[in-house]
Amino acid sequence: MNNIVEIRWHGRGGQGAKTAALLLADAAFNTGKYVQGFPEYGPERMGAPITAYNRISTERSTVHSNIYEPDYVVVVDETLLSAVDVTAGLKKEGAIVINSGKSPDELRGKLRGYEGRVCTIDAGRISTEELGKNFPNTPMLAAIVKVSGVVEPEEFVRDMEASFKHKFASKPQVIEGNMRALKRSMEEVQIG
Amino acid sequence: MGIRERLSGNEAVAYAMKQINPDVMGAYPITPSTEIPQYFSAYVDNGEVDTEFIAVESEHSAMSTCIGAQAAGVRAISATSSCGLCYMTEMLYVAASCRLPITLSVCCRALSGPINIHNDHSDAMGVRDAGWIMLFAETNQEAYDNYLQAMRIGEAVGLPIMVCQDGFITSHAIENIELVETDKVKAFVGQYRPKHYLLDPDESVSMGAFGMPAYYMEAKRQQAQAMIDAKDVIYKVGREFGEMTGRTYGLIEKYMMDDAKTAIVLIGSSAGTAKEAVRQLRAQGKKVGLIKVRAFRPFPSEELAEALKGVRAFAVMDKDDSYNAHCGPLFAETAAALYAAGVREPRGVNYIYGLGGRDVRVDSIKQVFAELDKIAATGYAGQTYRYLEVRE
Repeated sequence: MNNIVEIRWHGRGGQGAKTAALLLADAAFNTGKYVQGFPEYGPERMGAPITAYNRISTERSTVHSNIYEPDYVVVVDETLLSAVDVTAGLKKEGAIVINSGKSPDELRGKLRGYEGRVCTIDAGRISTEELGKNFPNTPMLAAIVKVSGVVEPEEFVRDMEASFKHKFASKPQVIEGNMRALKRSMEEVQIG
Repeated sequence: MGIRERLSGNEAVAYAMKQINPDVMGAYPITPSTEIPQYFSAYVDNGEVDTEFIAVESEHSAMSTCIGAQAAGVRAISATSSCGLCYMTEMLYVAASCRLPITLSVCCRALSGPINIHNDHSDAMGVRDAGWIMLFAETNQEAYDNYLQAMRIGEAVGLPIMVCQDGFITSHAIENIELVETDKVKAFVGQYRPKHYLLDPDESVSMGAFGMPAYYMEAKRQQAQAMIDAKDVIYKVGREFGEMTGRTYGLIEKYMMDDAKTAIVLIGSSAGTAKEAVRQLRAQGKKVGLIKVRAFRPFPSEELAEALKGVRAFAVMDKDDSYNAHCGPLFAETAAALYAAGVREPRGVNYIYGLGGRDVRVDSIKQVFAELDKIAATGYAGQTYRYLEVRE
């Protein structure tokens, strides 16, 4: 039986939603899964809405289309809620994870009647406090792992630490900051 | 056992190039090029290959560079897409008629206009008569595997070879891939030993000479024969590759065709999406199948006629159009293949689909099979020149 999880990312050009989707693909790959990670390219402009996708499965998925009925949706920029129908096709057994300082209850009204779980994480604040800059990628990635369970959380933390150590070998403070951001995000994500 | 990795289609092809370590890359490194020369130039810069990377001012010059290098007696490669391939066209014909087995990576993309950067097969199909062998990939794995086989095929018959994959859909998507160990790659691809080359001190030859009417046609007939001969070579190299990796290749791939009553014929990444549609319809008891065309040049005419002779109805899917008020190129050649083989029974229709990156979903393919059901039941094809999922 092929267990497949489909995830759709919404962000704005320059915020790293595509990179986050590729990082999630990496994390799932490292735990032995079949992965797809791909962006939907539009006009390449900073700030324009962009979409990226993940398929994560126990057997290879041969499908090469975009994802229309995702199990999970990740919204990297809260202002997209009024610009894009982010819950289109989203399964009610799944969840939406939004980068916001607001609570799930405050945002549910903006989600066009979505009945599933609404999760929020203040990724911007976590990133600013732990990394000194607004890079919401790492906290958003941690939040979707926590909410979806698509990768075993402990395995995910170990794997990310190894990959940060590899990537930032000469900048130990960046490794520590990213790891704190990651763990905080998994603890602070609000599931409503 | 290979190496488990995850790479984009661009990364996979660049990695294959690195493993092969060709002598010369001539490339125009700016849009509409792909990330492939960018990744490969990093290998060059880091000293991981000793390829001479020649960055030129246009795709026309990129192919001219390859022609010069390969004629001199070494392996030359390039990579491009979309209008870059168009701009190479004049020199593509020169490469083929000079019988130079250059290897060209193409990430297939739409042509203007309207201006569009996304996937379809207009660029590759536009140069289908240039005399190049053309292989197409469904996945990143196939893009990589085809590249590893390309030089063996091209060099055996003395023809250049184009290794095509779908722009963005596979070129920019990360997927699992099984890489072959570099020592095995090098042993498989082997050394390039041209029979005739310009820098051979023992034999003076002239290449690219003027061909008067008294000889031009004989030269073209030999070129045509090389393409005919390429069929057996593709099978042979595909079998040997299978012995090494477990992944065997031919001219076409048949999927659930044994008892199929309706079938679709298509090229590239959408074949994977269509396989899922076939699986779902098979689960409902419907006898459907698909044929993926891997080699468009040489055209698998006998193979397609054999595979389609038992179906009641089939659809050929073209991700491009010939604008001939009739059909796309894959349909035209498939229909000719059936006619030449005396196969008259199956009803066939043509769908133009996926132009300029129009997403092709599992449901898109199911619609085609639903239409084929009707055609199979009535024996009447109706309009054979159709556009799939278009607002009119």
